Amino acid sequence: MWGYILKYNVDELIVLDREIILATQSGLPLVPEPYQQIADQMAVDVAVIKQRLTTMLDDGRIRRIGAVPNHYKLGYTANGMTVWDVPDELIHELGDSVGKMDFVSHCYHRPRFLPDWPYNLFAMVHGHNREEVLEKTQQITLLLGESCRAHDILFSTRILKKTGIRIGVQN
Amino acid sequence: MDDLDRKIINKLQRKFPVCDHPFAVVADELSTTETELISRLQRLSDEKYLTRFGPLFNADNFGGAISLCAMAVSEDNFDVVTEQVNAFPQVAHNYQRDHELNMWFVLATETESELNETITKIEDDTGLSVRNMPKLHEFYVGLHFEI
Repeated sequence: MWGYILKYNVDELIVLDREIILATQSGLPLVPEPYQQIADQMAVDVAVIKQRLTTMLDDGRIRRIGAVPNHYKLGYTANGMTVWDVPDELIHELGDSVGKMDFVSHCYHRPRFLPDWPYNLFAMVHGHNREEVLEKTQQITLLLGESCRAHDILFSTRILKKTGIRIGVQN
Repeated sequence: MDDLDRKIINKLQRKFPVCDHPFAVVADELSTTETELISRLQRLSDEKYLTRFGPLFNADNFGGAISLCAMAVSEDNFDVVTEQVNAFPQVAHNYQRDHELNMWFVLATETESELNETITKIEDDTGLSVRNMPKLHEFYVGLHFEI
């Protein structure tokens, strides 16, 4: 397999990886040999495509290859952005614990905007309805205990735009 | 949606193999056929049960800049501001939320300077201030909806 890769220098690999992203970010073709089809489109060997995808999975540029379900269609219609004010010196420990809860889809440390926005920990919580989201948020409250100085939930009321993040798309 | 559809959705939220016949490998694990799996995936995509299927890229690792931004927009002005903000191709998604800060959008740009320029342009167009809340650390991203 490395024989194929040796034909490429570092700069060429950057270009190649970008082309693979552009060819696959809207999805893999639903055919028996999807990687072969991408290779044919790009006029490169399929072994190169497989090797680059594996490399990008290993180094984290690709989080995973798989399906993203439409959570609205599956009944998870409520989502609350829960925001928490916790001591900065504990944020890594607390963020890791909150991120591990199975109903949290995203968990980030973000900057505060004092005085009116004291929150530095964000956790997105999904549920079938608002009651379920509130119940799950209560579990985060219990986990944080006295480390939580203030918190709030911002329910989404409308999706205004959902294009998704696209790499390499210029306006 | 039947039992096999649910199994397919649960299974494919985890990991899809990189090999010559990946659908055949997954079909085997689900005790179905490659043809059946592909046709069901096509249907689940057509019926919008799946938003997408393929590699999920971590945009952070490609040198671009991403940030979550928030604005406080008056009810009267909300639709106009929505149009102004959504007109920027750098706005990847935008949600209305029930808070004084009621418009929350994600900006994705090629560079840090483009991100800051876009925020300035949005502030100029709307006459409102934008709170830039880039992530300082990511603890977790990902969610499995077991169905």
